[in-house]
Amino acid sequence: MATPQTPPTPGDLTPELLAAPQWSDQMVAAAGIPMYDIPFLTIGGGIGSFVTLDYLRIYGVPTSQMRVVSNIDHPWQTYEFLTRCSQIPRPERIRSDSASRPDNIWGFPSYGVEEAWREKKISYLWQLFTEPILNDYWTPRAGTVFRHLEREARRINYWDMLVKGQVRMVRRRHGGGYFTVVTPPEGASATKRIVFRSRFAHIAIGYPGLKFLPDLQEFRQKYGDYQHVVNAYEPHEQVYEFLKTRPGTVVIRGGGIVASRVLQRLFDDRERFGLKTQIIHIFRTFISGSHGPHIWMRRRGGDGWAYQGFNYPKSVWGGQLKAEMRKLEGADRARKYKEMGGTNTPKRRRWQEQMRDGRGGGYYHAVQGVVEKVEPTEDGRLLSHVRSGDGTIRQPVSDYIIDCTGLEADIAEHRIFDDLLKHGGAYRNPVGRLEVERHFEVKGTASGDGALYASGSATLGGYFPGVDTFLGLQIAAQEIADDLARRGFCRRMGPARSTSQWLKWALNKPV
Amino acid sequence: MVPTLIGRIQTRFFLLATVGVLVTLIVVPLLGGDLGTGLLVLVAVGLIGVLWELLYHFLMQFRWEKDWPTSFGLLTLVPEGLLLFFLLRSGAISIIDPAPPASAFWIQFILVWGAMWLVANGPMRVPFIRWRFRGGRVL
Repeated sequence: MATPQTPPTPGDLTPELLAAPQWSDQMVAAAGIPMYDIPFLTIGGGIGSFVTLDYLRIYGVPTSQMRVVSNIDHPWQTYEFLTRCSQIPRPERIRSDSASRPDNIWGFPSYGVEEAWREKKISYLWQLFTEPILNDYWTPRAGTVFRHLEREARRINYWDMLVKGQVRMVRRRHGGGYFTVVTPPEGASATKRIVFRSRFAHIAIGYPGLKFLPDLQEFRQKYGDYQHVVNAYEPHEQVYEFLKTRPGTVVIRGGGIVASRVLQRLFDDRERFGLKTQIIHIFRTFISGSHGPHIWMRRRGGDGWAYQGFNYPKSVWGGQLKAEMRKLEGADRARKYKEMGGTNTPKRRRWQEQMRDGRGGGYYHAVQGVVEKVEPTEDGRLLSHVRSGDGTIRQPVSDYIIDCTGLEADIAEHRIFDDLLKHGGAYRNPVGRLEVERHFEVKGTASGDGALYASGSATLGGYFPGVDTFLGLQIAAQEIADDLARRGFCRRMGPARSTSQWLKWALNKPV
Repeated sequence: MVPTLIGRIQTRFFLLATVGVLVTLIVVPLLGGDLGTGLLVLVAVGLIGVLWELLYHFLMQFRWEKDWPTSFGLLTLVPEGLLLFFLLRSGAISIIDPAPPASAFWIQFILVWGAMWLVANGPMRVPFIRWRFRGGRVL
């Protein structure tokens, strides 16, 4: 007996399309999917898409030539959500250099100069002058970044280019260019899918997803408890609220910037509300001092942490490390990434002071260890089984565990990348992510006179290391814009246009 | 801008030839000095500077970040100025003879250096958007 078949929904992907690595215009038309032409399409709609469009608008590309497909309304939405969860509300300062301005491709004036001017604070200028020697790095408030992004988005008519929808896949087109399949919001289209046909496509979809520490994932699934074992990147205000109601113990896992932030929140609350919170901080890799292979490759550290001003050593964004990495391939590149990698956090004076007080006051305990499992106790608390390098077993009991490790899921967890790796010709770089050219074209995906680019976290491991940062996204955007100029899509921007465009930026005039 | 060695050297020559010359053209006549001597001082700052940049690049290797903090860029005027001043005084730079008087030298040197430092820390990025991502290379 024949298997009953449901007729395909009109305007949906067909088995024929799903199986073919390259599509023709006829194939898409036959599936009844409406097709829209746009020369340049960026996918994601976060800060990566935004800075790319910003560059291209400033280079002179009109909005009619570009679209951004996104499931968010404004480019800083996801970033703001993640920073807020990880304890950086708008008035707090993010970990980013003063001259890394996603709203200003020139980075001039820097955020520091601008905040100093607006708040009439000469101390900011002094801090900028003396960083990082006599002072901590000056870093901008999250609110400053978002406010300026909004201004720039208006200036370049960002919302004229925004198309809401969920991108399902990008496939190469017979004859050149790409098809991007989009699932529009309910009711926005008569068909389930729509397709953009473009010569150029750009993927900037951010982190493929969060990954939990395996033992914590196991605990959450086994016991169905999502309240007491939390990830710092998800809303977890209940932890801080609970601690205001009674004394409690929190286990922190991880040694990066998010752990620092969460610790600061716990210390601040302790001080502000007179709480009795006990903190147990578990470092898998406990750094006790300066570390590195030789005198020219040594990073400061101590009390568990590796210290570094920003996510990467500063020279990855334009200095020596950037120049070196650009020349490396394969195993050499992977080795270089390993040398400068590792979780780290800035050595901020305020945080050092709080931790010192915590150690002295007996309420902050930092230990090295690997957590083997987490179990609930009879009274509903959490028992961690921690094995240290020296064989010591500790079994701290806590009310909450906050996972601050910020592990990222594999790129193939995201269906766009998964599809690209399976059907698009893309492949992985030496550290397992998407291999891109020096100009951020995804290797192996060329299609006629078109090009597919990617920027952001998915491209870590390429010729340029600082990809998942504001300045890194701008460096990628500049490389992409210059490559598009070489291909005739726009004109390369020289000093005269750059200066006149900067004046327009300064006066908040349209590009 | 976080420099590479070649970027340091190129930026130094570029800024001397633009900002340095401009400041010299304004300042030296005001001080009643000899413009030719003033411009030769800039040439000396450039040529001796190549050796200084080698030293700075070497020192930078001890820094994990391989960066060159903003303050270093300004404060290096002290050793560079002193060395050049003594070389001029001692007659070691024969093409600059007679050496400019101390006051004229220091006023020109400090103003040129300060202006170059200010431009390198911001305005330079306005016309040259690729400069800071290429370690200070102009070419």
